[in-house]
Amino acid sequence: MISTGYKKLVVPTIVIIMAIALPFVIKAPYFQHIIIMIFIWATLGTAWNLLGGYAGQVSFGHAAFFGLGAYSAGLLIFHLNVSPWWGLALGPVISMVVAIPIGLVCFRLRGPYFALATLALGEIFRLVFTNWVSLTNGAQGILILNTFSTKIPYYFIAFLIWGISLIIVDRMIKSKLGYYFVSIREDQDAAESLGIPTTRYKMFALLPSAFIAGLVGAFYMNYIAFIDPHVVFSLSDISVMVILVVMMGGVATLLGPSIGAAIYIALSELFRAWLGSANVLAFGIIVCLVILFMPNGIIGELGTLKRLFIRQDKKAMVAGGN
Amino acid sequence: MSLFLQTIICGILLGAMYALIAIGMTLIMGVMKIINLAHGALVMVGMYITYFCFKEWGIDPYLGMFISMPALFLIGCLIQKYLINRLVEVDSILPENQVLLTVGIMLVLTETMRLIFKSDYRSVVTSYSTKTFFLGDISISIPMTFGFLIAMILTWLLHLFLTRTDLGRSIRATAQDRDAAIYMGVNASRITVITFGIGSALAAAGGSLLLPLFYLWPDIGHLFTAKAFIITILGGMGSTMGAILGGLTLGIAESLGATYISMGYKDVVGLIIFLLVLLFLPGGFRSFTRR
Repeated sequence: MISTGYKKLVVPTIVIIMAIALPFVIKAPYFQHIIIMIFIWATLGTAWNLLGGYAGQVSFGHAAFFGLGAYSAGLLIFHLNVSPWWGLALGPVISMVVAIPIGLVCFRLRGPYFALATLALGEIFRLVFTNWVSLTNGAQGILILNTFSTKIPYYFIAFLIWGISLIIVDRMIKSKLGYYFVSIREDQDAAESLGIPTTRYKMFALLPSAFIAGLVGAFYMNYIAFIDPHVVFSLSDISVMVILVVMMGGVATLLGPSIGAAIYIALSELFRAWLGSANVLAFGIIVCLVILFMPNGIIGELGTLKRLFIRQDKKAMVAGGN
Repeated sequence: MSLFLQTIICGILLGAMYALIAIGMTLIMGVMKIINLAHGALVMVGMYITYFCFKEWGIDPYLGMFISMPALFLIGCLIQKYLINRLVEVDSILPENQVLLTVGIMLVLTETMRLIFKSDYRSVVTSYSTKTFFLGDISISIPMTFGFLIAMILTWLLHLFLTRTDLGRSIRATAQDRDAAIYMGVNASRITVITFGIGSALAAAGGSLLLPLFYLWPDIGHLFTAKAFIITILGGMGSTMGAILGGLTLGIAESLGATYISMGYKDVVGLIIFLLVLLFLPGGFRSFTRR
């Protein structure tokens, strides 16, 4: 028992120490940038995974929350001349507030219909933010100045946000909530007949998900320093990509989205240098292959492989006994 | 008043072409019960094939249709046979795996086209592109009228195919009840392959008809996917008649929105109608006829 208790503490401690040392080991700003982008995507994937992976509500509109977070930070400085870092506080709150009506509307629908409704809502946000020029500066977007000239402060903030998102999701999944989510995903009617108010619990999955997405959106604004509606509300580059990232890493696993994000960013940087503009094509082909041959993603299939292995062991033992 | 009539007519003409794309999607949805997020990308591929024929060999877009349709039929059959049908037996956490695969296919198709043709905006200029004729004081664009007529003829042919031929009947049977169709000796997996092919061919036809009216670039597929969804949900899944009605409704709503609200918000109008129908009339227009 003591050893497992140690293990629980030892692994995160090692990870944290390594993460703190990393930017001082890897000094090239380009690689630091890649790691920050991985953290951003890992956080966004973790947010999507809470609603889409654990609760089974496949959302095609998560760019809405990401974009709202980014725009809350951007509009603060654009209209009020307040530091965009306050967006880290405001963005998640706005995303959550907007998520409530979205949830109330979309949770009336199931499966593919839910997916389509969220897709439509995400697109509505993009179009409104493009056309409401007086508020959002339209398609010209918002350009700010970076606060820090080195990447190291951004690295630590991104790491912190990623850590917070993992802790939130981990706590929720290990509590009773997690079981409720999975029961809704596996069979909504059965869950309802067991007395789980499904709409309320889907909302409990959506709100933290929107919170995290808004938080990372606000950070994105501060880090990249330029946003426009076609980037942060993009259907294909954010909403759909985050699903593919999670699919690749492993749906409904804690670290799956982070693995998927690391692969996505690493592949796209690698292919960008090697194949030019064909990087998304290569990623698309790999995603198709993963869905075809590893339908539960890399982490998800590790588990089944292990189980297969153990079962075979047991069979061998039984056979030996006979 | 004439502005209003003009808007309505423009909407109807455009709507018929949208309907053609949506019928392809509704067929696929009806038979396989999945949403095909690659549908717009198939339209886009059809448009590029037609564009290529026009640019390289000077083939008129309306004749280029007869090249893009068989090509897309083949692509659709291959996608269904070797990719989507494989997933039917695979067990996974999320039941939406096939839908996500179509997302991957969409990505691959879009990026392949971007690799070949770059991201530039392209358009086809024919001798009749900007020609119009007058009906009273309403001007009607000739390419739109052509597109409308061809779309109607294709829809009628499809209707004949679905109601009069054995293959068409098997498609409808599979859509109604897959298991029962299998018991009656229908080779259901072959039917899904053919249906996906026909759906893709219709998408290509719609793309070729819309080519003289739209700018062409690789991401235009998203636009058509969204439109096809709206129409399919409006008309009720799997219903050809519903898709035509839905197409006309969307066309009219969009052109009214463009005329009376603003060009930028015209897509928002369509999406809001979509959400309202999804929430309050989940069966689409078909639920009216059932009452």
